[in-house]
Amino acid sequence: MTALLQVPGLAPAAKPKKLSYSERVLSSGLRVVAIRRPTVPMVEVRLRIPFLSAKPNHLARSALLAGTIRTGTAERDRTSLAIALGDLGAELSVGRDADRLLLSASGIAAGLPALLGLYAEILTSASYRQAEVTGERGRLIERITMSRSQAGVIAGEALAERMSPGHPYGRTLADAPAVAATTAAQLRSLHAGLVRPDGALLVIVGDITPARALAAAESALAGWTGAAPPVQAPPLPPITERPLLIVDRPGSVQTAFRFGGPGLPRQDERFPAFQLANLIFGGYFSSRWVENIRERKGFSYSPRSAIEHAKLRSSFTVSADVATEVTAPALLETLYELGRMASSPVTEAELESVRQYAIGTLALSTATQAGLASTASGLLGTGVELEWLASHPLRLAKVTVAEVAEVAAEFLAPRRLVGVAVGDAGAITAPLAGIVEVE
Amino acid sequence: MLTTSRLPAPPSLSFELIRHTLRNGLRVVLAPDRRAPVVSIAVLYDVGFRSEPEGRTGFAHLFEHLMFQGSANLEKLEHFHYVQSSGGLFNGSTHLDYTSYFEVLPAHALERGLFLEADRMRSPRITEENLTNQIDVVKEEIRVNVLNRPYGGFPWLQLPQLMYDTFPNAHNGYGGFEDLTNATVADASAFFDSYYAPANAALCVAGDFDPAEAAEMVERHFGPIRRRKKPQRPNFGEPPLTGERRDVVVDQLAPRPALAMGYRVVDPAADFTRYLATVLLAEILSNGDASRLHRSLVQSKGLVTDVNAYLGTFGDPLEERDPTRLNITSHYADRAATGAVVAAIDEELDRLATDGAEPGELRRAAVQLAATISQELDQVMNRSQEFAKFELLFSDASLIQRLPGLLNEVTDADLRAVAGALTTNNRAVLELVPGAAK
Repeated sequence: MTALLQVPGLAPAAKPKKLSYSERVLSSGLRVVAIRRPTVPMVEVRLRIPFLSAKPNHLARSALLAGTIRTGTAERDRTSLAIALGDLGAELSVGRDADRLLLSASGIAAGLPALLGLYAEILTSASYRQAEVTGERGRLIERITMSRSQAGVIAGEALAERMSPGHPYGRTLADAPAVAATTAAQLRSLHAGLVRPDGALLVIVGDITPARALAAAESALAGWTGAAPPVQAPPLPPITERPLLIVDRPGSVQTAFRFGGPGLPRQDERFPAFQLANLIFGGYFSSRWVENIRERKGFSYSPRSAIEHAKLRSSFTVSADVATEVTAPALLETLYELGRMASSPVTEAELESVRQYAIGTLALSTATQAGLASTASGLLGTGVELEWLASHPLRLAKVTVAEVAEVAAEFLAPRRLVGVAVGDAGAITAPLAGIVEVE
Repeated sequence: MLTTSRLPAPPSLSFELIRHTLRNGLRVVLAPDRRAPVVSIAVLYDVGFRSEPEGRTGFAHLFEHLMFQGSANLEKLEHFHYVQSSGGLFNGSTHLDYTSYFEVLPAHALERGLFLEADRMRSPRITEENLTNQIDVVKEEIRVNVLNRPYGGFPWLQLPQLMYDTFPNAHNGYGGFEDLTNATVADASAFFDSYYAPANAALCVAGDFDPAEAAEMVERHFGPIRRRKKPQRPNFGEPPLTGERRDVVVDQLAPRPALAMGYRVVDPAADFTRYLATVLLAEILSNGDASRLHRSLVQSKGLVTDVNAYLGTFGDPLEERDPTRLNITSHYADRAATGAVVAAIDEELDRLATDGAEPGELRRAAVQLAATISQELDQVMNRSQEFAKFELLFSDASLIQRLPGLLNEVTDADLRAVAGALTTNNRAVLELVPGAAK
């Protein structure tokens, strides 16, 4: 028997490099942050525009606006706009959620002024031509229909409603009739009302000089002005204990479990402990829950838990798709691992592992232009300054077992979570009802 | 308005590459780049689901899972623990012609990562218990991605069965449940012995390190692995199609029809220039709002919800040897429109074959592709995998860095020629019928 080889130790860690960036609030109220990251000769742009609204048709209108905002401007039709972007090696995509509209682009760094010029054109003169609106409206309805055939989408919608009933956060997909009733005039009016620079955030990252990028943004976007009316979003209802909701999807060979509960925002002093508690439970591969239901029992391919940050609330979510026949045992193990987190302390070794993982993956997530741009936009957009990137590892380094136990008891306790199970109700209802209250 | 003279030049790439081969035959590429304090290690083995034996569909992918289950000096779960508790990420993926493993780590964990990869190249620890567990996990993976999902695996699991006649090219690479269940530890040992020799692999280390130190570490950990015979790769070629092939599949979960067409294309190893023209053709067909198929089928005719043209099984145009294919897929509202959708695609292909590109169109496609490559290579995990892949498949890690220049040399005549080769007789057409349509 040969002796086992030793796994090599780690070399001393390098000091993280400081970000090189500049920022400015333009006279329009637009905040521009430009970060130098000359790894490849490219640039990433993220424009984040607050878009929260409690108006009943807002979801359908904002979804259709996101699909049509780049289909033509006063100067260019859809094809010429796409050609202008393509000539810059650029792609521009538009996304939305309840909080914001996000116009993301990447392109050749030398083309940044021209790319920002195209942004300006879209922001100040998106035309919402009738033919484009009609076409995109039909396709959006088709895409909604196709999305709703997926178990994960059905489960996501059901969980959002469970966590935020009656609130814009409670709905993720628009309904077809509301989309069908949306007109080009309504899109123009929504654009005029909410696509405004005051309160919006522009992040530019890449092979650029920050001062020059700021100047380019100021010059390109000089004509984009105005403030949006103050947001009147209803307060979020608290998440209260509810039975597990079973959504029938007849013939499903798997059950999609999704659970959610309140979390802590990144600014909270207990956030580092909360982040580490999530990782130990199910937030990385070497977590208790993944090792249990995947690597020991083979119930699920990609179980995971996560922390999500929206403007009005941070949350803790748990998701797994499991074979129909092991639905009840999988729930039992999930409740067991959550309950174990909430009721007994983690080990020093578990804590040290997730501490290093959290510090290391934070560095990885900001090591690319695209990763840094999205991270910066997400942080600044939820009220966290970039300084956080440098100071957060220091906070993670200090978290203790007792601090993890305290937040786990508060946020990972099974009864703090609401949940849904999308699957073959005929097969799963009775076994699940043996373990938890269902409806 | 922009004028041509003011357009930015395509981005050019200049990552330093240092290549050598160890005595056991392992090809090594070092790609130092000290701008971010991270490293990535990729090992690609020259075996994919084209090489799995009959009666063992899905085995290459199952084996990829088993490579994470412990090794000569590591218990089950330790591989994951060592990577993640060092602050890193890992993954593996199985393709037609190769299987990839990587970890991304903070720079100070480089040697540990090399040890972990070397240890499973030395010998993975495959037990009955781990095999049974990973068969269950793979079945869950197939359930979530295929069996419980509308359009699951469409068309990569079904189209090859229509387009090809031999088992290696035609079979389902995810595997049938019966074949997965029948897999044994002995199968796994035999597969490892045949295909996981150092000489059948390429290693790339990318990121923040000193090249001389890294070369020394690579030698220390991979050098002692015993040299084994590099397997002879069979010729998987098939004769060209002689007539259009059509078939229909029913998807009980899908609410709307879909269409997938597959065209046989030129062997990249035989005529790389012509193959690159095919890559640009796919861009011109479906990348963005100004692309041919989008303008015609989506915007102008309003026939489809989406349309997409891409090369290879999973959309990476440069990850497969011959035979490979150009796919055109589309979702649309009404099954009665299938004929019109196919006709509209034919019309656009004819137009390109006859008239070629519009002014600026070819340059734009080349610039967009070069920009995409630049953006992808910004990620150290992609750099390590791409350089290793180009070393493995093309014996030239640096080829990817020369692609922007090579794409720029493709001519309109090249484009017309490859568009002209996409004939009815050269394709398979697979229609997906929605079983859940209301």
